[in-house]
Amino acid sequence: MSEIKKFMYVNRKAPYGTIYAWESLEVVLIGAAFDQDVALSFLDDGVYQLVKNQSTEQIGMKNFSPTYRTLGDYDIKTIYVEKESLEERGLSIDDLQHLIWEDEDEDWAEKDSISVVSREELGKLMEQQDVVLSF
Amino acid sequence: MSMLHTVNKSPFNHDSLSSCLKCAQAGSTVLLIEDGVYAAREGTKFSNEVKDAMKNIKVVALAPDLDARGVNNNLIDGVEQVDYAGFVSLAAESHSVQSWL
Amino acid sequence: MHLLIFDSNHNNNKRYRNVKFGIVVNEGPYQHQASDTAYHFTKAALDNGHEIFRVFFYHDGVNNGTNLSTPPQDDRNVSLRWTQLAKEHDLDLVVCVAAAQRRGIVDQGEMERNGKPAMNIADGFRISGLGQLIEAGIQADRLLTFGD
Repeated sequence: MSEIKKFMYVNRKAPYGTIYAWESLEVVLIGAAFDQDVALSFLDDGVYQLVKNQSTEQIGMKNFSPTYRTLGDYDIKTIYVEKESLEERGLSIDDLQHLIWEDEDEDWAEKDSISVVSREELGKLMEQQDVVLSF
Repeated sequence: MSMLHTVNKSPFNHDSLSSCLKCAQAGSTVLLIEDGVYAAREGTKFSNEVKDAMKNIKVVALAPDLDARGVNNNLIDGVEQVDYAGFVSLAAESHSVQSWL
Repeated sequence: MHLLIFDSNHNNNKRYRNVKFGIVVNEGPYQHQASDTAYHFTKAALDNGHEIFRVFFYHDGVNNGTNLSTPPQDDRNVSLRWTQLAKEHDLDLVVCVAAAQRRGIVDQGEMERNGKPAMNIADGFRISGLGQLIEAGIQADRLLTFGD
């Protein structure tokens, strides 16, 4: 029997200072092939992973931020960003990449993947998960 | 069955404990391990935050980590201790486990 | 799947038997306590009648799979300890191929494929893909992450 589990990938670290952001994204992309009920959450410094206009030439590291835009193609369409983490960092949703997915049931209409949720709501969502992967 | 949360960082230099306590739902358990055990002590700037959280969640500390750091004393009243077998039990009895790294 | 025996004492662990655990180790030996804590948890789970579906090593955790470490005689040998536990309990210790390639943990196949001068994977460990981590999340009853 193959049950579908609720998987949440929790991202709490900023990109580039450490490898966790990039290597966790690699897990998400591979994991997409397993047809589980997947959600990503970004809180604390993890919200920085989604900030737009990242330019890494001078630090000599690969700019992996375009990869977030492909998540919709992998059917990863449930992305939670924590409101308080944005506010504490002086950020708003407009500072983040606009991530979308295409709903084939609605003639491939583009829909937003990101939901900004409160800490309280995120806690409830986390409690519902079967598997939580932290990096 | 509720979630087991583990916190392995000291609250004095990381926000993992605070973030965990804000997300942990009533009825869940927070297990302090590794450097996270420093949060179990009375008389720190985090003691009230922990005590407040304990109104709705259970806070447990991993005894081997308290002993290793010489801080298995003056703990917040009500914080339970477990050994590694107890850690396993807590994980077995929970629906899922989330690590706050 | 679970034999439930009612007992209020967490420390004697008779409450649930034969829970299948997946273990993820995200940090290398010595630098962080993660691998130690994962080891003690794994050992306690096995000693108390539970099953370990897989131990998956990711990020710097792949460095636990080296056979080249020579720690001081009066301290634990983190890599060897995993090798020994794996042998005793027939554990599946998996090192992520992508993370291993980045960090230089090499088996025979990787050595030949990538033209490396040596291999260094410790006994009991095998190199495989991230799918093994996802599979552990799906197949195990509980997945625990030990990291920084």
